[in-house]
Amino acid sequence: MADSTGSIGLRVSRYRPGVDDGPQWQEYDVPLRKEWTVLDALNHVKNGEDPTLSFRWSCRMGICGSCGMNVDGEPRLTCGAFLGDYAPGPIRVEPLSNFPVIRDLVIDMTDFMEKLPRVKPWIIRDEEMSIDEGEYLQTPEELDAYKQFSMCINCMLCYAACPIYGLDPDFVGPAAIALAERYDLDSRDQGARERLDVLIEHEGVWGCTFVGECTRVCPKHVDPAGAIQRYKLKAAKESVMAFLLPRGSR
Amino acid sequence: MLTYRRLVSKWWWVRKRTYFVFVMRELSSIFIAWLVVYLLVLVSALSRGEAAYETFQDFAEHPVVIVFNAVALAFVVLHTITWFALTPKAMDIQLRGRPVPDSVVLASQYVGLAVVSAIIFWLVTR
Amino acid sequence: MTRRRLEPLVWLTFSGGGVIAAVFLPILAFLFVLAFPLGWLSWPDHESLRALVGNPLTALVLLGLFVPMLVHSAHRFRYTLYDGLQLKARTAIAVLCYGGALAGSVAAAIVLAGAL
Repeated sequence: MADSTGSIGLRVSRYRPGVDDGPQWQEYDVPLRKEWTVLDALNHVKNGEDPTLSFRWSCRMGICGSCGMNVDGEPRLTCGAFLGDYAPGPIRVEPLSNFPVIRDLVIDMTDFMEKLPRVKPWIIRDEEMSIDEGEYLQTPEELDAYKQFSMCINCMLCYAACPIYGLDPDFVGPAAIALAERYDLDSRDQGARERLDVLIEHEGVWGCTFVGECTRVCPKHVDPAGAIQRYKLKAAKESVMAFLLPRGSR
Repeated sequence: MLTYRRLVSKWWWVRKRTYFVFVMRELSSIFIAWLVVYLLVLVSALSRGEAAYETFQDFAEHPVVIVFNAVALAFVVLHTITWFALTPKAMDIQLRGRPVPDSVVLASQYVGLAVVSAIIFWLVTR
Repeated sequence: MTRRRLEPLVWLTFSGGGVIAAVFLPILAFLFVLAFPLGWLSWPDHESLRALVGNPLTALVLLGLFVPMLVHSAHRFRYTLYDGLQLKARTAIAVLCYGGALAGSVAAAIVLAGAL
Protein backbone atom coordinates (compact mmCIF):
# COMPACT_ATOMS: atom_id res chain seq x y z
CA MET A 1 0.00 0.00 0.00
CA ALA A 2 1.53 3.29 -1.02
CA ASP A 3 0.01 5.43 1.72
CA SER A 4 3.16 5.76 3.81
CA THR A 5 4.60 9.24 3.70
CA GLY A 6 8.10 8.80 4.97
CA SER A 7 9.14 7.68 8.41
CA ILE A 8 9.06 8.93 11.96
CA GLY A 9 11.53 8.44 14.78
CA LEU A 10 10.79 6.74 18.07
CA ARG A 11 12.92 7.45 21.10
CA VAL A 12 12.21 4.49 23.36
CA SER A 13 13.28 4.02 26.95
CA ARG A 14 15.14 0.72 27.42
CA TYR A 15 16.07 -0.90 30.69
CA ARG A 16 17.59 -4.31 31.17
CA PRO A 17 17.50 -5.32 34.85
CA GLY A 18 20.85 -6.50 36.13
CA VAL A 19 22.63 -5.16 33.05
CA ASP A 20 21.78 -1.44 32.90
CA ASP A 21 22.21 0.94 35.83
CA GLY A 22 19.16 2.84 34.68
CA PRO A 23 16.94 3.55 31.67
CA GLN A 24 18.65 4.42 28.39
CA TRP A 25 17.26 5.79 25.15
CA GLN A 26 17.20 3.80 21.96
CA GLU A 27 16.19 5.29 18.64
CA TYR A 28 14.19 3.55 15.95
CA ASP A 29 12.71 4.68 12.64
CA VAL A 30 9.27 3.40 11.71
CA PRO A 31 7.11 4.03 8.62
CA LEU A 32 4.77 6.97 9.11
CA ARG A 33 1.57 5.17 8.13
CA LYS A 34 -1.63 7.18 8.40
CA GLU A 35 -3.56 4.57 10.39
CA TRP A 36 -0.70 3.41 12.62
CA THR A 37 -0.60 3.98 16.36
CA VAL A 38 2.42 4.03 18.64
CA LEU A 39 1.55 0.44 19.53
CA ASP A 40 1.70 -0.55 15.84
CA ALA A 41 5.08 1.15 15.63
CA LEU A 42 6.38 -0.73 18.67
CA ASN A 43 5.16 -4.03 17.24
CA HIS A 44 6.80 -3.15 13.91
CA VAL A 45 10.09 -2.71 15.75
CA LYS A 46 9.68 -5.89 17.76
CA ASN A 47 8.68 -8.00 14.74
CA GLY A 48 11.61 -6.82 12.67
CA GLU A 49 14.48 -4.75 13.89
CA ASP A 50 14.60 -5.51 17.62
CA PRO A 51 12.83 -8.55 19.11
CA THR A 52 14.23 -7.72 22.55
CA LEU A 53 11.93 -4.69 23.01
CA SER A 54 9.45 -5.50 25.79
CA PHE A 55 6.03 -3.93 26.32
CA ARG A 56 2.50 -4.91 27.30
CA TRP A 57 -0.47 -4.89 24.92
CA SER A 58 -3.53 -6.97 24.10
CA CYS A 59 -6.78 -5.82 22.53
CA ARG A 60 -5.42 -2.97 20.33
CA MET A 61 -8.74 -1.16 20.73
CA GLY A 62 -8.71 0.71 24.01
CA ILE A 63 -10.70 -1.67 26.19
CA CYS A 64 -8.20 -3.96 27.89
CA GLY A 65 -6.08 -1.26 29.51
CA SER A 66 -2.76 -3.10 28.99
CA CYS A 67 -0.82 -0.76 26.71
CA GLY A 68 -0.52 2.34 28.91
CA MET A 69 2.79 4.20 28.46
CA ASN A 70 4.10 7.77 28.58
CA VAL A 71 4.06 9.16 25.03
CA ASP A 72 5.87 12.53 24.84
CA GLY A 73 5.44 12.77 28.60
CA GLU A 74 1.68 12.14 28.59
CA PRO A 75 0.14 8.90 29.91
CA ARG A 76 -1.61 7.41 26.89
CA LEU A 77 -2.99 4.09 25.70
CA THR A 78 -0.52 3.50 22.88
CA CYS A 79 -3.19 1.72 20.84
CA GLY A 80 -5.01 5.06 20.62
CA ALA A 81 -2.03 7.36 20.02
CA PHE A 82 -1.75 7.89 16.26
CA LEU A 83 1.72 8.44 14.79
CA GLY A 84 0.40 11.19 12.51
CA ASP A 85 -0.56 13.29 15.53
CA TYR A 86 3.06 13.35 16.67
CA ALA A 87 4.69 14.11 13.30
CA PRO A 88 7.41 15.12 12.62
CA GLY A 89 8.57 13.44 15.84
CA PRO A 90 10.69 11.87 17.22
CA ILE A 91 8.17 10.41 19.63
CA ARG A 92 9.35 9.81 23.18
CA VAL A 93 8.02 6.51 24.53
CA GLU A 94 8.61 5.76 28.21
CA PRO A 95 7.15 3.42 30.79
CA LEU A 96 4.08 4.70 32.64
CA SER A 97 5.15 7.27 35.29
CA ASN A 98 5.02 6.68 39.01
CA PHE A 99 5.50 2.92 38.72
CA PRO A 100 8.76 0.96 39.10
CA VAL A 101 10.16 -0.32 35.81
CA ILE A 102 10.59 -4.08 35.45
CA ARG A 103 12.08 -3.99 31.98
CA ASP A 104 11.96 -1.59 29.00
CA LEU A 105 8.36 -0.33 28.91
CA VAL A 106 6.93 -2.86 31.37
CA ILE A 107 6.03 -1.52 34.81
CA ASP A 108 5.36 -3.18 38.13
CA MET A 109 1.69 -2.79 39.01
CA THR A 110 1.79 -4.68 42.29
CA ASP A 111 0.94 -1.53 44.24
CA PHE A 112 -2.27 -0.98 42.31
CA MET A 113 -3.20 -4.67 42.56
CA GLU A 114 -2.78 -4.42 46.32
CA LYS A 115 -4.79 -1.20 46.67
CA LEU A 116 -7.77 -2.14 44.52
CA PRO A 117 -9.16 -4.97 46.70
CA ARG A 118 -8.77 -2.71 49.76
CA VAL A 119 -11.78 -0.68 48.65
CA LYS A 120 -13.84 -3.86 48.16
CA PRO A 121 -14.90 -3.26 44.55
CA TRP A 122 -17.73 -5.80 44.54
CA ILE A 123 -21.39 -5.90 45.57
CA ILE A 124 -21.63 -6.18 49.33
CA ARG A 125 -24.95 -7.25 50.80
CA ASP A 126 -26.04 -7.38 54.43
CA GLU A 127 -27.85 -10.54 53.44
CA GLU A 128 -27.47 -12.32 50.14
CA MET A 129 -30.71 -13.19 48.39
CA SER A 130 -30.96 -16.84 47.40
CA ILE A 131 -31.08 -17.74 43.71
CA ASP A 132 -34.73 -18.78 44.08
CA GLU A 133 -35.70 -15.24 45.07
CA GLY A 134 -34.66 -14.07 41.61
CA GLU A 135 -32.38 -11.33 40.30
CA TYR A 136 -31.58 -7.99 41.88
CA LEU A 137 -33.69 -5.62 39.79
CA GLN A 138 -32.36 -2.26 38.70
CA THR A 139 -34.04 0.54 36.77
CA PRO A 140 -32.23 2.41 33.97
CA GLU A 141 -32.04 5.46 36.27
CA GLU A 142 -30.34 3.38 38.96
CA LEU A 143 -27.87 2.15 36.36
CA ASP A 144 -27.13 5.69 35.19
CA ALA A 145 -26.24 6.68 38.75
CA TYR A 146 -23.02 4.65 38.65
CA LYS A 147 -22.51 3.74 35.01
CA GLN A 148 -19.85 6.33 34.26
CA PHE A 149 -17.62 5.04 37.09
CA SER A 150 -18.06 1.44 35.93
CA MET A 151 -16.30 2.22 32.65
CA CYS A 152 -12.86 2.02 34.30
CA ILE A 153 -10.56 -0.44 32.50
CA ASN A 154 -7.85 -0.37 35.18
CA CYS A 155 -5.32 1.04 32.73
CA MET A 156 -3.65 3.10 35.49
CA LEU A 157 -3.10 6.19 33.30
CA CYS A 158 -4.69 8.15 36.16
CA TYR A 159 -2.02 6.92 38.59
CA ALA A 160 0.66 7.95 36.12
CA ALA A 161 -0.88 11.41 35.81
CA CYS A 162 -1.47 11.99 39.52
CA PRO A 163 1.37 14.01 41.08
CA ILE A 164 0.16 13.06 44.55
CA TYR A 165 0.56 9.36 43.81
CA GLY A 166 4.03 10.10 42.48
CA LEU A 167 4.99 11.91 45.68
CA ASP A 168 3.14 9.77 48.23
CA PRO A 169 3.03 6.07 47.30
CA ASP A 170 0.62 5.43 50.18
CA PHE A 171 -2.15 7.31 48.38
CA VAL A 172 -4.89 4.88 47.39
CA GLY A 173 -5.23 6.61 44.04
CA PRO A 174 -7.88 7.76 41.56
CA ALA A 175 -9.08 4.49 40.00
CA ALA A 176 -9.51 2.71 43.33
CA ILE A 177 -11.60 5.56 44.74
CA ALA A 178 -13.64 5.88 41.54
CA LEU A 179 -14.39 2.16 41.72
CA ALA A 180 -15.37 2.45 45.39
CA GLU A 181 -17.80 5.19 44.37
CA ARG A 182 -19.09 2.98 41.53
CA TYR A 183 -20.14 0.36 44.05
CA ASP A 184 -21.40 2.83 46.63
CA LEU A 185 -23.75 4.26 44.01
CA ASP A 186 -24.95 0.85 42.83
CA SER A 187 -28.48 0.31 44.13
CA ARG A 188 -27.75 -3.36 44.74
CA ASP A 189 -24.85 -2.58 47.08
CA GLN A 190 -25.00 -2.14 50.85
CA GLY A 191 -21.28 -1.85 51.58
CA ALA A 192 -20.77 1.93 51.65
CA ARG A 193 -19.90 1.91 55.34
CA GLU A 194 -17.09 -0.62 54.87
CA ARG A 195 -15.54 1.34 52.01
CA LEU A 196 -15.83 4.59 53.93
CA ASP A 197 -13.85 3.09 56.81
CA VAL A 198 -11.01 2.42 54.38
CA LEU A 199 -11.15 5.69 52.44
CA ILE A 200 -11.66 8.05 55.35
CA GLU A 201 -8.06 7.39 56.36
CA HIS A 202 -5.40 9.91 55.39
CA GLU A 203 -4.09 7.82 52.49
CA GLY A 204 -7.66 7.46 51.27
CA VAL A 205 -9.46 10.45 49.80
CA TRP A 206 -7.79 13.18 51.85
CA GLY A 207 -4.45 13.00 50.08
CA CYS A 208 -6.16 14.20 46.92
CA THR A 209 -5.84 17.93 46.25
CA PHE A 210 -8.05 17.90 43.14
CA VAL A 211 -5.30 18.47 40.62
CA GLY A 212 -7.67 16.97 38.06
CA GLU A 213 -5.00 15.36 35.88
CA CYS A 214 -6.48 11.92 36.40
CA THR A 215 -9.75 12.95 34.76
CA ARG A 216 -7.90 14.68 31.93
CA VAL A 217 -5.96 11.56 30.90
CA CYS A 218 -8.68 8.95 31.48
CA PRO A 219 -9.37 7.24 28.12
CA LYS A 220 -12.85 6.09 29.22
CA HIS A 221 -14.10 9.41 30.63
CA VAL A 222 -14.64 7.97 34.07
CA ASP A 223 -13.86 11.30 35.82
CA PRO A 224 -12.11 9.90 38.90
CA ALA A 225 -11.45 13.44 40.20
CA GLY A 226 -15.18 14.07 40.37
CA ALA A 227 -15.71 10.73 42.09
CA ILE A 228 -13.09 11.60 44.72
CA GLN A 229 -14.57 15.01 45.48
CA ARG A 230 -18.05 13.51 45.81
CA TYR A 231 -16.57 10.91 48.11
CA LYS A 232 -14.99 13.63 50.27
CA LEU A 233 -18.36 15.33 50.57
CA LYS A 234 -19.94 12.03 51.54
CA ALA A 235 -17.28 11.41 54.18
CA ALA A 236 -17.71 14.95 55.51
CA LYS A 237 -21.48 14.51 55.79
CA GLU A 238 -20.93 11.25 57.67
CA SER A 239 -18.58 12.99 60.09
CA VAL A 240 -21.04 15.79 60.72
CA MET A 241 -23.82 13.26 61.36
CA ALA A 242 -21.51 11.36 63.69
CA PHE A 243 -21.03 14.51 65.74
CA LEU A 244 -24.66 15.53 65.75
CA LEU A 245 -26.46 12.25 66.28
CA PRO A 246 -25.94 10.05 69.32
CA ARG A 247 -24.21 6.82 68.45
CA GLY A 248 -27.22 4.63 69.12
CA SER A 249 -29.49 6.06 66.48
CA ARG A 250 -27.05 5.66 63.54
CA MET B 1 13.81 -7.26 42.65
CA LEU B 2 15.82 -5.40 40.05
CA THR B 3 13.01 -2.96 39.27
CA TYR B 4 14.09 0.61 38.66
CA ARG B 5 12.38 3.32 40.70
CA ARG B 6 12.27 6.67 38.95
CA LEU B 7 12.45 9.51 41.45
CA VAL B 8 10.11 12.50 41.23
CA SER B 9 12.07 15.71 40.70
CA LYS B 10 11.50 18.65 43.05
CA TRP B 11 10.60 20.58 39.91
CA TRP B 12 7.88 18.18 38.80
CA TRP B 13 5.39 21.04 38.71
CA VAL B 14 7.39 23.16 36.29
CA ARG B 15 7.54 20.48 33.61
CA LYS B 16 3.89 20.50 32.56
CA ARG B 17 1.56 23.47 32.07
CA THR B 18 -1.38 21.83 33.89
CA TYR B 19 0.81 21.02 36.89
CA PHE B 20 2.13 24.60 36.92
CA VAL B 21 -1.35 26.15 36.93
CA PHE B 22 -2.31 23.73 39.72
CA VAL B 23 0.61 24.84 41.92
CA MET B 24 -0.13 28.52 41.20
CA ARG B 25 -3.70 27.84 42.24
CA GLU B 26 -2.49 26.28 45.48
CA LEU B 27 -0.13 29.19 46.16
CA SER B 28 -3.11 31.56 45.97
CA SER B 29 -3.74 30.40 49.54
CA ILE B 30 -0.81 32.54 50.75
CA PHE B 31 -2.24 35.65 49.11
CA ILE B 32 -5.73 34.98 50.44
CA ALA B 33 -4.32 34.78 53.96
CA TRP B 34 -2.35 37.99 53.34
CA LEU B 35 -5.46 39.85 52.17
CA VAL B 36 -7.40 38.74 55.26
CA VAL B 37 -4.58 40.14 57.40
CA TYR B 38 -4.51 43.33 55.30
CA LEU B 39 -8.26 43.84 55.79
CA LEU B 40 -7.89 43.22 59.52
CA VAL B 41 -5.15 45.87 59.68
CA LEU B 42 -7.60 48.22 57.95
CA VAL B 43 -10.33 47.45 60.50
CA SER B 44 -7.87 48.02 63.32
CA ALA B 45 -6.83 51.37 61.81
CA LEU B 46 -10.48 52.41 61.56
CA SER B 47 -10.99 51.66 65.26
CA ARG B 48 -7.98 53.69 66.29
CA GLY B 49 -9.19 56.89 64.70
CA GLU B 50 -8.87 59.15 61.69
CA ALA B 51 -5.09 59.56 61.91
CA ALA B 52 -4.55 55.80 61.97
CA TYR B 53 -6.89 55.45 58.98
CA GLU B 54 -4.85 58.02 57.04
CA THR B 55 -1.61 56.20 57.92
CA PHE B 56 -3.17 53.01 56.55
CA GLN B 57 -4.10 54.82 53.34
CA ASP B 58 -0.50 56.01 52.94
CA PHE B 59 0.65 52.42 53.47
CA ALA B 60 -1.84 51.13 50.92
CA GLU B 61 -0.77 53.74 48.37
CA HIS B 62 2.94 52.92 48.62
CA PRO B 63 4.07 51.64 45.19
CA VAL B 64 5.64 48.44 46.53
CA VAL B 65 2.46 47.64 48.46
CA ILE B 66 0.30 48.34 45.42
CA VAL B 67 2.41 46.06 43.21
CA PHE B 68 2.40 43.26 45.79
CA ASN B 69 -1.33 43.64 46.36
CA ALA B 70 -2.00 43.67 42.62
CA VAL B 71 -0.22 40.33 42.42
CA ALA B 72 -2.33 39.15 45.36
CA LEU B 73 -5.49 40.25 43.55
CA ALA B 74 -4.36 38.35 40.44
CA PHE B 75 -4.01 35.20 42.55
CA VAL B 76 -7.48 35.78 44.06
CA VAL B 77 -8.91 36.00 40.55
CA LEU B 78 -7.09 32.75 39.67
CA HIS B 79 -8.60 31.16 42.77
CA THR B 80 -12.12 32.32 41.85
CA ILE B 81 -11.90 31.15 38.24
CA THR B 82 -10.45 27.74 39.09
CA TRP B 83 -12.78 27.23 42.06
CA PHE B 84 -15.90 28.02 40.01
CA ALA B 85 -14.69 25.72 37.24
CA LEU B 86 -14.18 22.80 39.61
CA THR B 87 -17.42 23.07 41.61
CA PRO B 88 -19.69 21.51 38.95
CA LYS B 89 -17.32 18.55 38.68
CA ALA B 90 -17.15 18.02 42.43
CA MET B 91 -20.85 18.01 43.15
CA ASP B 92 -23.66 15.89 41.85
CA ILE B 93 -26.50 18.39 41.87
CA GLN B 94 -29.90 17.15 40.87
CA LEU B 95 -33.01 19.21 40.31
CA ARG B 96 -36.21 17.15 40.25
CA GLY B 97 -34.32 13.95 39.43
CA ARG B 98 -32.34 15.43 36.53
CA PRO B 99 -28.67 16.39 36.83
CA VAL B 100 -28.08 20.13 36.54
CA PRO B 101 -25.76 20.86 33.56
CA ASP B 102 -22.24 22.08 34.38
CA SER B 103 -22.77 25.32 32.46
CA VAL B 104 -25.73 26.23 34.68
CA VAL B 105 -23.76 25.63 37.87
CA LEU B 106 -20.86 27.65 36.45
CA ALA B 107 -23.07 30.56 35.39
CA SER B 108 -24.98 30.72 38.67
CA GLN B 109 -21.71 31.05 40.59
CA TYR B 110 -20.72 34.06 38.50
CA VAL B 111 -24.17 35.54 39.03
CA GLY B 112 -23.64 35.08 42.77
CA LEU B 113 -20.25 36.77 42.47
CA ALA B 114 -21.81 39.72 40.63
CA VAL B 115 -24.61 40.13 43.16
CA VAL B 116 -22.29 39.96 46.19
CA SER B 117 -19.83 42.35 44.55
CA ALA B 118 -22.60 44.84 43.78
CA ILE B 119 -23.90 44.74 47.36
CA ILE B 120 -20.46 45.20 48.91
CA PHE B 121 -19.60 47.96 46.43
CA TRP B 122 -22.76 49.81 47.37
CA LEU B 123 -22.23 49.30 51.12
CA VAL B 124 -18.67 50.60 51.04
CA THR B 125 -18.99 53.50 48.62
CA ARG B 126 -22.37 54.99 49.62
CA MET C 1 -11.03 7.73 66.26
CA THR C 2 -10.98 11.50 66.84
CA ARG C 3 -8.07 11.98 64.47
CA ARG C 4 -10.00 10.36 61.64
CA ARG C 5 -13.15 12.37 62.17
CA LEU C 6 -11.34 15.72 62.26
CA GLU C 7 -9.99 15.73 58.69
CA PRO C 8 -13.44 15.63 57.00
CA LEU C 9 -14.62 18.59 59.07
CA VAL C 10 -11.44 20.56 58.33
CA TRP C 11 -12.02 19.81 54.66
CA LEU C 12 -15.59 21.09 54.94
CA THR C 13 -14.34 24.35 56.45
CA PHE C 14 -11.67 24.51 53.75
CA SER C 15 -14.39 24.17 51.12
CA GLY C 16 -16.56 26.83 52.77
CA GLY C 17 -13.56 29.13 52.98
CA GLY C 18 -12.85 28.51 49.32
CA VAL C 19 -16.35 29.53 48.30
CA ILE C 20 -16.16 32.62 50.50
CA ALA C 21 -12.77 33.63 49.15
CA ALA C 22 -13.98 33.11 45.58
CA VAL C 23 -17.14 35.17 46.04
CA PHE C 24 -16.32 37.87 48.61
CA LEU C 25 -12.61 38.50 48.24
CA PRO C 26 -12.42 39.77 44.63
CA ILE C 27 -14.52 42.87 45.28
CA LEU C 28 -13.01 43.56 48.71
CA ALA C 29 -9.50 43.20 47.33
CA PHE C 30 -10.31 45.24 44.21
CA LEU C 31 -11.66 48.12 46.26
CA PHE C 32 -9.06 48.23 49.03
CA VAL C 33 -5.87 47.33 47.14
CA LEU C 34 -6.48 48.93 43.75
CA ALA C 35 -9.50 51.21 43.39
CA PHE C 36 -8.99 53.35 46.51
CA PRO C 37 -5.16 53.39 46.66
CA LEU C 38 -4.85 54.20 42.94
CA GLY C 39 -7.47 56.92 43.21
CA TRP C 40 -9.96 55.38 40.79
CA LEU C 41 -12.48 55.91 43.58
CA SER C 42 -11.98 58.12 46.61
CA TRP C 43 -11.40 56.48 49.97
CA PRO C 44 -14.61 56.30 52.02
CA ASP C 45 -14.55 58.85 54.80
CA HIS C 46 -13.51 57.61 58.19
CA GLU C 47 -16.87 57.98 59.92
CA SER C 48 -19.02 56.06 57.45
CA LEU C 49 -16.55 53.19 57.02
CA ARG C 50 -16.05 53.02 60.78
CA ALA C 51 -19.82 52.94 61.27
CA LEU C 52 -20.18 50.17 58.69
CA VAL C 53 -17.53 48.00 60.27
CA GLY C 54 -18.62 48.87 63.80
CA ASN C 55 -22.11 47.56 63.19
CA PRO C 56 -22.35 44.31 65.22
CA LEU C 57 -23.97 42.50 62.30
CA THR C 58 -21.18 43.50 59.91
CA ALA C 59 -18.54 42.53 62.44
CA LEU C 60 -20.15 39.14 62.86
CA VAL C 61 -20.40 38.63 59.10
CA LEU C 62 -16.77 39.65 58.64
CA LEU C 63 -15.70 37.17 61.31
CA GLY C 64 -17.74 34.52 59.53
CA LEU C 65 -15.89 35.35 56.32
CA PHE C 66 -12.36 35.73 57.68
CA VAL C 67 -12.13 32.59 59.81
CA PRO C 68 -13.09 30.07 57.08
CA MET C 69 -10.76 31.88 54.67
CA LEU C 70 -7.88 31.50 57.11
CA VAL C 71 -8.66 27.79 57.57
CA HIS C 72 -8.89 27.45 53.78
CA SER C 73 -5.45 29.02 53.35
CA ALA C 74 -3.90 26.96 56.11
CA HIS C 75 -5.29 23.69 54.73
CA ARG C 76 -4.23 24.40 51.18
CA PHE C 77 -0.79 25.64 52.17
CA ARG C 78 -0.27 22.57 54.32
CA TYR C 79 -0.78 20.31 51.30
CA THR C 80 1.34 22.58 49.12
CA LEU C 81 4.22 22.05 51.54
CA TYR C 82 3.66 18.29 51.47
CA ASP C 83 3.52 18.06 47.68
CA GLY C 84 5.47 21.01 46.36
CA LEU C 85 8.43 20.97 48.66
CA GLN C 86 8.05 17.31 49.58
CA LEU C 87 8.72 18.09 53.23
CA LYS C 88 8.46 15.11 55.51
CA ALA C 89 7.70 16.72 58.88
CA ARG C 90 3.96 16.20 58.39
CA THR C 91 2.70 16.71 61.92
CA ALA C 92 4.86 19.79 62.45
CA ILE C 93 3.57 21.33 59.21
CA ALA C 94 -0.05 20.62 60.13
CA VAL C 95 0.39 22.15 63.57
CA LEU C 96 2.13 25.21 62.09
CA CYS C 97 -0.53 25.80 59.44
CA TYR C 98 -3.65 25.30 61.53
CA GLY C 99 -1.96 27.03 64.47
CA GLY C 100 -1.46 30.02 62.21
CA ALA C 101 -5.11 29.92 61.19
CA LEU C 102 -6.13 29.73 64.85
CA ALA C 103 -3.89 32.66 65.78
CA GLY C 104 -5.30 34.64 62.85
CA SER C 105 -8.86 33.82 63.86
CA VAL C 106 -8.27 34.96 67.44
CA ALA C 107 -6.67 38.17 66.14
CA ALA C 108 -9.65 38.69 63.83
CA ALA C 109 -12.10 38.30 66.69
CA ILE C 110 -10.14 40.78 68.82
CA VAL C 111 -9.78 43.36 66.04
CA LEU C 112 -13.44 43.11 65.02
CA ALA C 113 -14.62 43.30 68.63
CA GLY C 114 -12.43 46.36 69.05
CA ALA C 115 -14.25 48.06 66.19
CA LEU C 116 -17.66 47.78 67.83
